[in-house]
Amino acid sequence: MNLRLKIWRQKDARSKGQMVDYKVSEISEHMSFLEMMDVLNEQLINKGDEPVSFDHDCREGICGMCSMYINGEAHGPDRGVTTCQLHMRKFHDGETITIEPFRATAFPVIKDLVVDRSAFDRIQHAGGYISVNTSGNTQDANSIPISKHSADTAMDAAMCIGCGACVASCKNSSAMLFVGAKVSQYALLPQGQVEAADRVKNMIAQMDLEGFGNCTNTGACEVECPKGISLDVIARMNRELLKASI
Amino acid sequence: MSGFFKSSVGRKVAMAISAFFLMIFLLQHLFINTLSVFNPDLFNEVSHFMGTNPLVQFALQPVLIFGVVFHFVMGFILEIKNNKARQVSYAKNNGAANSTWMSRNMIWSGFVILAFIALHFIDFWFPEINTKFIKGDWSGLDDGEFRYYEHLKHKFVNPLRVVAYAVAFVFLGLHLAHGFTSAFQSVGAASLRKKLGNVGTAYAIIIPLGFILIAFFHYFKH
Repeated sequence: MNLRLKIWRQKDARSKGQMVDYKVSEISEHMSFLEMMDVLNEQLINKGDEPVSFDHDCREGICGMCSMYINGEAHGPDRGVTTCQLHMRKFHDGETITIEPFRATAFPVIKDLVVDRSAFDRIQHAGGYISVNTSGNTQDANSIPISKHSADTAMDAAMCIGCGACVASCKNSSAMLFVGAKVSQYALLPQGQVEAADRVKNMIAQMDLEGFGNCTNTGACEVECPKGISLDVIARMNRELLKASI
Repeated sequence: MSGFFKSSVGRKVAMAISAFFLMIFLLQHLFINTLSVFNPDLFNEVSHFMGTNPLVQFALQPVLIFGVVFHFVMGFILEIKNNKARQVSYAKNNGAANSTWMSRNMIWSGFVILAFIALHFIDFWFPEINTKFIKGDWSGLDDGEFRYYEHLKHKFVNPLRVVAYAVAFVFLGLHLAHGFTSAFQSVGAASLRKKLGNVGTAYAIIIPLGFILIAFFHYFKH
C-alpha cells in the first residue's frame, strides 16, 4: 500500500504545531498502525529528519499508552481496539490518513503526537484505590462472598486501561467514562464500600479541577472505547455522587 | 448538597431535572392546544382556568419560568465550559461515526427553541400578562366572550408565523430526540435510558408534530 500521511508535528509543549504531509510506500496490510509509523520514522531517520514522536508500550492493547486521533477517530476507524491493534487493512491503497494527538485542554501536547495524560493519574490518586493493610495479614479476597453479577460488572469496569480515547472522542472532552469506570469498579465490590462516598466526591472534584468538560451523553466515548466500557458506569457514578451527597 | 450542584455531575443532574419538568409541561400544553381543534368552548374554559387559577398563576407559572430560564442559562454555561475543555480543534473529526447529529448539536437546537420562545412570548404570554397584571382584567372576556380561542386563531393567520412555528418545532423534536433519554442517563437511570428509547423517539415526534398540525389546522381553517 502507498499512503499519504498528514501528521501533526509540534517541537515541544510551547511551540506552535502544524500538519505536515508525508508519503510512505510498500506498507503491508498485515502491519499494525504503529508498525506503519515505525516505517515512516525509519524513513525520516535515514533522511536525517526528526522522527515523529508517538506514545506506545505493550503493543498488545492492554497498557493504554498508544493514542492518536486517526482520520477523525480515537484509535482509528476500527472498533474495540487500540492503535497498536489497528491493522493497515482497514485503509486502502492511495488513502490520505490524518493523524493528530488526542485533543483536550487537560491533555496538553508534549511533542508531536505525545500528550500528557497525567491528569488521569491525579484523578486516580484522589480516590481510585482501596486502603488495605498489606503488611502480611491481608485477608484473602476470595473469602468475601460477591455475587457473580457484581463481580462481572466490576470486572467490565476494571477493563478500562486509561488510554483517554473517551476524552479525545467526546465533543466536550469529558473524562466521565474514565472516572465512571474507576468509581464503578470499586462501588460494586464490598472492599470498595468503606471509602465509597469520599472516593466519588474526591475523584469528581479532581476531574473538574483538571479542566475536563461536562458529559452531554452523546455516547461517543462508549463507541470509541477500545475496551467497550459502557455508559452505564457514568450513570452509576452519578448515582454514587448523589448517594454520597445526601 | 450545595457542593453536589457545584460539581459537573450535579449540574447535569440539575439540567435533567429541569428537562423532566419542561417535558411534562410540553405534554400538558399540547393536550390543552389539542382542545382548540376538537372543542373550542372547552379550550376556552381550560385556558381561563389555567390563566386565572392562583395555584397555576402564582406557584406553577414562576416555577415554569424559572425552569425555562435555568435550563437555558445552565446550558450556555456548560457549553462555554465545554468549549474551554478543548481549545485546539481537530483538523479532521468524524463525529458522525460515534454519535448522533442531535446529541452533538443540542446547543444549536436550543438556540432555535430560545428564539421561538421569544416569539411565542411576544405572541401570547406578554399580551396575557399585560391584560391581567397591568390592566387588571382577569375576566378573560373580550366583547362578552372568552378571548382565548379567538386570540389563538388570529395568530395563525400569517403564513410566516406558521412556518416559523413549524421550523422551531422541528428543532424542538431534534432537541427532544436526544434530550429525553439523556435526562434519564443524567439522573443515573441507565436502565430507563435503554428501556425508554422508543418512548423517547415517539415523544420527540408526537409532541412537535402535534403542535405543527394544530398551527396548520388553524391556518387552513381560516
